[in-house]
Amino acid sequence: MARSASSRRKLGMTLFAWAIGILIFFPVLWTVLTSFKTEAEAIASPPSFLLFDWTLENYVEVQERSNYFRHFWNSVVISLGSTVLGLVIAIPAAWSMAFVPAKRTKDVLMWMLSTKMLPPVGVLIPIYLIFRNLGLLDTVGGLVIVLMLINLPIIIWMLFTYFREIPGEILEAARMDGAGLKAEIIHVLTPMAVPGIASTMLLNIILAWNEAFWTLNLTAAKAAPLTAFIASYSSPEGLFYAKLSAASTMAIAPILILGWFSQKQLVRGLTFGAVK
Amino acid sequence: MSYPAWLVGAASVLALTTAANAETITIATVNNGDMIRMQKLADAFTKDHPDIELEWVTLEENTLRQRVTQDIATNGGQFDVMTIGNYEVPLWAKQDWLLPLEGMPERYDADDILPAIAGGLSVDDTLYAAPFYGESAMLMYRTDLAEKAGVTIPDQPTWADIKAAAEAMTDKDNEIYGICLRGKAGWGENMAFITAMSNSYGARWFDMDWKPQFESEEWKATLTDYLDMMNNYGPPGASSNGFNENLALFQQGKCGMWIDATVAASFVTDPDDSTVADKVGFAQFPNKEGVDNHGNWLWSWNLAIPKSTNSPDAAKAFVAWATSKGYTDLVAEQEGWAAAPPGTRTSLYENPEYQKAAPFAEMTLNSINAVDTKKPSVQEIPYTGAQFVAIPEFQGIGTAVGQMFSAALAGQMSADQALQNAQNVTNREMMKAGYPK
Repeated sequence: MARSASSRRKLGMTLFAWAIGILIFFPVLWTVLTSFKTEAEAIASPPSFLLFDWTLENYVEVQERSNYFRHFWNSVVISLGSTVLGLVIAIPAAWSMAFVPAKRTKDVLMWMLSTKMLPPVGVLIPIYLIFRNLGLLDTVGGLVIVLMLINLPIIIWMLFTYFREIPGEILEAARMDGAGLKAEIIHVLTPMAVPGIASTMLLNIILAWNEAFWTLNLTAAKAAPLTAFIASYSSPEGLFYAKLSAASTMAIAPILILGWFSQKQLVRGLTFGAVK
Repeated sequence: MSYPAWLVGAASVLALTTAANAETITIATVNNGDMIRMQKLADAFTKDHPDIELEWVTLEENTLRQRVTQDIATNGGQFDVMTIGNYEVPLWAKQDWLLPLEGMPERYDADDILPAIAGGLSVDDTLYAAPFYGESAMLMYRTDLAEKAGVTIPDQPTWADIKAAAEAMTDKDNEIYGICLRGKAGWGENMAFITAMSNSYGARWFDMDWKPQFESEEWKATLTDYLDMMNNYGPPGASSNGFNENLALFQQGKCGMWIDATVAASFVTDPDDSTVADKVGFAQFPNKEGVDNHGNWLWSWNLAIPKSTNSPDAAKAFVAWATSKGYTDLVAEQEGWAAAPPGTRTSLYENPEYQKAAPFAEMTLNSINAVDTKKPSVQEIPYTGAQFVAIPEFQGIGTAVGQMFSAALAGQMSADQALQNAQNVTNREMMKAGYPK
């Protein structure tokens, strides 16, 4: 009896989870379906779900009009570059806060997080002027720096949480065996924190890939990533929903595939240390 | 090395040198059909100018406006040619941010540009941007539904005619709505329409002391009639509808009438996208009985050269090409006369082939010619403009007022409350901005 009630509960929870999953995924699915419709079918009322004349013409037109691969390559360089640079800075910072905490370490961590609470538009003009004066406007290098700075608090916070799970005695033992600071971080701490670093890296790549405010405002033609590619298909005067959907599908496909294959690590990383 | 091989080698070196020396100009433009067509046909320009390379930055209108404003105001130098509206051109020219378009090639024929359009792009009789396409607003209506309802819509209808026709055409059981108008908040969304409607009701935004006039009888009549028509004969959820949403409704056969930008005419008569392509009639923007004003709606997308450009000559060569009569001929040759960029040149409207291909040509021209941007209201006013007031503060004020009117349409406040709030917010912002100046 109790067992039957338990399976009913399990089934209910499973169905609920599926319903939530479908609800979240539906906009993406609808975008993908719309990308295979004509513009007339894209706005048809009532809309057709699967029974329409499937066409690839939107993808052909998007490819003819825009240089997808240049935008794609910029996205790859910007998201990977900002993530790697962020990790290089964040690993020692998180190490010091986790293993050599000072009186104000918690305040420093909170202060770092507080920078994420400022609306980005508040610092747009100063950053734009700095970029202009340094010749960094519309450069991949400039975007790598700015996205690294934006995501740095999150990277440090995540790494700090992982590092705190590692027993300090192990590092102490390494030190007693003569390991210097550099060797301790590179050869002892980093290999032990690989799962945490990997999930931080994945999350940061996703955040950088999807970042649209700075990538739209600081680029023009040369360094524009896939967010600018999508923005070029939005129009308030003219119905281009099918083409916009095709451009969006092409832009999200790489990161969706990456997320799909790395979801186990991502979930593990995000829930690491949550339950003790 | 044999002679031909030597020749090929020399030619290759020459080609590489030319490519290396090519001047690159970056063009910021808006994503709409005419601009995308220009991008596709730009090979014709680079063929004639092998020393100039083109880079394109295409963005949605609001994003583009923010990007180019930020760049030009900070002297960023990211763009050599900018696509801007006739709202920005005089404001930016007065700020000395744009290069005057002097010394255009003789064959450019600047005198051929429609006077109403050229007037909106000139400061002290100097042209600061070249129009790529222009538009006014007009009434588009379903001839079959009008006939079925037994109503006749004159070429110059009054608002009373519109209200009567909307009532007669509405058939909510079959999802046919007598009238579709913009309701989505924004200075370029619902406020473009409502400002034009207020012009046609004899209202004005400000008196000669820059005092907001939302407490006037004319504004009250404007908003009350707008809400009355939309609530009784408009589609559900109209407070979220902008140009695209109404276009989709009209193309799907759900609107009896739609009053919006003239550029919509080519979309609703395109049989590939519209289910009612052969059942559309056109008439001028309505006016209130006794008020000699048809809304004064005028918008043009224009190519301008910022002062921060490093390639003024190459930029000017491109602007001259893209806005020339030759470009119009090229579009006609490649894609037919109906695709020619409308609303900028007199010669286009005199062309019998264009008149034949575009049934809306005459009404578009009449609508544009009826506009007076120097005096958009019949009352005395201290500003110029059209469906906007040509002051830098209008984007913010227009959007704030648009939110009030959109809320009234959604039933969140009454017309009187919306007008009172509009008066207060506009008054506050104008005081902050230091008016009267």
